[in-house]
Amino acid sequence: MSKDIYVLAEQRDGEIKKVSIELIGKARELAKDLDQKVVAMLLGSGIKEKAETLIAYGADEVVVVDNPMLAEYVTEPYTKALYEIIENYNPEIVLYGASSIGRDLAPRVSARVHTGLTADCTGLAIDAETKLLMMTRPAFGGNIMATIVCERHRPQMATVRPGVMKSLDKDETRKGEIKIFNVKFTDTDMNVKIREVVKETKHIADITESKILVSGGRGIGSADGFDKLKELADVLGGEIASSRANVDAGWISKDYQVGQTGKTVRPELYIAAGISGAIQHVAGMEDSDLIIAINKNNTAPIFDVADLGVVGDVNIIIPKLTEAIKKLKLNA
Amino acid sequence: MKIVVCIKQVPDTTEVKLDPKTNTLIRDGVPSIINPDDRSGIEAALQLKEKVGGTVTLVSMGPPQADVALREGLAMGADDAILITDRAFGGSDTWATSSTIAAALKKLDYDLIITGRQAIDGDTAQVGPQIAEHLGIPQVSYAEEIEVEDGKLIVKRQFEDRYHIIEVATPCLITALAGLAEPRYMTIGGVFDAYREKEVRIWTLEEIKDTINKDDIGLNGSPTRVKQSFTKQAKGVGKILDDVTADKAVQAIVDKLQEKHII
Repeated sequence: MSKDIYVLAEQRDGEIKKVSIELIGKARELAKDLDQKVVAMLLGSGIKEKAETLIAYGADEVVVVDNPMLAEYVTEPYTKALYEIIENYNPEIVLYGASSIGRDLAPRVSARVHTGLTADCTGLAIDAETKLLMMTRPAFGGNIMATIVCERHRPQMATVRPGVMKSLDKDETRKGEIKIFNVKFTDTDMNVKIREVVKETKHIADITESKILVSGGRGIGSADGFDKLKELADVLGGEIASSRANVDAGWISKDYQVGQTGKTVRPELYIAAGISGAIQHVAGMEDSDLIIAINKNNTAPIFDVADLGVVGDVNIIIPKLTEAIKKLKLNA
Repeated sequence: MKIVVCIKQVPDTTEVKLDPKTNTLIRDGVPSIINPDDRSGIEAALQLKEKVGGTVTLVSMGPPQADVALREGLAMGADDAILITDRAFGGSDTWATSSTIAAALKKLDYDLIITGRQAIDGDTAQVGPQIAEHLGIPQVSYAEEIEVEDGKLIVKRQFEDRYHIIEVATPCLITALAGLAEPRYMTIGGVFDAYREKEVRIWTLEEIKDTINKDDIGLNGSPTRVKQSFTKQAKGVGKILDDVTADKAVQAIVDKLQEKHII
C-alpha cells in the first residue's frame, strides 16, 4: 500500500530553496486530509545537518542521501537516488518545486518509475470522495486551467510552481525522524562531465519576497522608465518588477519578470504601470491583495483585474504619486 | 553527426482570445506554428550539421496536418522527416507521447536528439526527458548553447542562479531553450525542395509495432488524464477612473493605499 507524502527538498550549495519549504507546508495540509505523514527527501553532499530545518518547517521525517555524487545537480545521480527512495518507501505522493532542477528531474523519475506526472501545478487538493490528488495547473499558454488526476499509478507526482503555496512558520520545537538512506553509486552514474560551474555573481532580485511591487510594462517608454518606478518602490518600501515585454526588449533582467513564463507573485500591493494585462502576465500576479493599474488605454485588460484603475499617462502619474507619498511621510 | 530533432505543431497560444460572452477559448482562426523552443532546436541542428557534417531528421507526433510543420522544417534545411500519426495515439499524456516517440526513434540511427524544452500548449516540459529515459541515454536540458568537440557535445546548461558547462558523449538528448539559436527563414528554394524533393514518411502504429508496448499508447496508456478544464474566473472589476486629472488620480490612489493601511 502506498503511503505518505514525499517532498523533494531542493538545495543549492547547501541552501534549501524556498519552494521546498512552501511544498512542505502544502504537504502538511494534504497529509491531514489523508491522515498520513510528510517526508522530506534531502539530497546533497555534506547536507545532513540541514535535515533539522526541514523538520522545523513541518516534515515528520527526513530521508537523507548524503554523497559527493550529489554535490552539484546532475540528472542521473539524482534520478537514481530518488528512484531507489521511491522503490523502497512506496510513497503515495511525491512533490517537487517546478524549478529548472525539478522540471528536469521529475520527468526522468516519472519515466523510470512508470507513473504519472503533472507539471507546474498552482493548486493541489485531496478529493473527499476518491482520496485522489487533484492537481490543477495552467495550460494552453496560461489561457485555461486544467485539473489532472493519476488514478492507477503510484506515486502520484507533481511539480509545483514556486511562490504559490504557503510555508509554515519555523518551529524549532517540532520533532521528527531523520533517516540516512544509502545509495550505491558507481562511476557510470555520472554519465556527463561538469567542466565548469559558473554562479551568477550580480544581485538576483527575488521579487517573490517583496510585499510591495511596482511593475512596469511597455507603457513606461524606455529602460530609464524603471528609474521612476524605482523611486516609487523605494518610498513605499517595495521592489520593482516587469512584464515580459520589457525583459525581451533588454530593458531589465529576467529575474524581475512577472507572468506565466516569469515568476508568480502575490504581494500585498501590486502597481501595474503601463502594463496592458495580457493573460500570461495576469496569471503571475492576479492573487495580489491589492492591484492598482495605470494605463493610457481604457480598454486594457489589466483593468479587468485591478481593484483600482486609472486611465492616464504613467510617466506623469508615477512621479506625482511618489511626491504625494513623500509629502505624507514627512508630515506624519 | 546524425541529428534527430523532435518538433511539435502547436496553436499560437499567444494569439488565443477569450470569448467575453461564454468565457471559453476562441480556437478558430488561431494559426498553427512550430513550437518556438523546437524551432530553435531545428536551427541548432542545422548549425551543427554545417560545422561537422551529417544529417538532420525531423520527427513529430501529431494529427495529419502536422505535415505542414515538418515541411517548414524541411524548408529551413532539414534532410528528411517522419510524421508519427495514428488515431490510436489520441488522448496521450506525456508518458504515452514519450513512449510512442521513443518507439519510433528506436528504429532510427542517431548520435544526438534535440527536443524543445517546453511546448506552448501543453506547457509540461516533460516529453524530452521522458524520451531520454525510455531510450536510456543521458539528457541535458535548458540548453542555452551547444558546441561540438571531438564528437562530444559541450552544452551550456542554464539554472536560475548559475550555469554548468557540460560535456556529454553521444548518443544523448538535449532540450533547447527558445534562445538557443535564432531560427533562419525558409528560402523559396527551400520551400520548393520541402514539397518536391524531400520526403515526409508517415509512420502509424503498424510501423512501430515491434518497438512499442501497446499498453503504453493513447488515452488508455496514459497514467494521467484531465478531469476537468475551465477558464479562470475574472477577478471582478474594481473602480476605474477615466477622464480625471492626474492630480485627482494620484489622490484616489493615495486614498486607497491609506484605506488598506499600506501607507
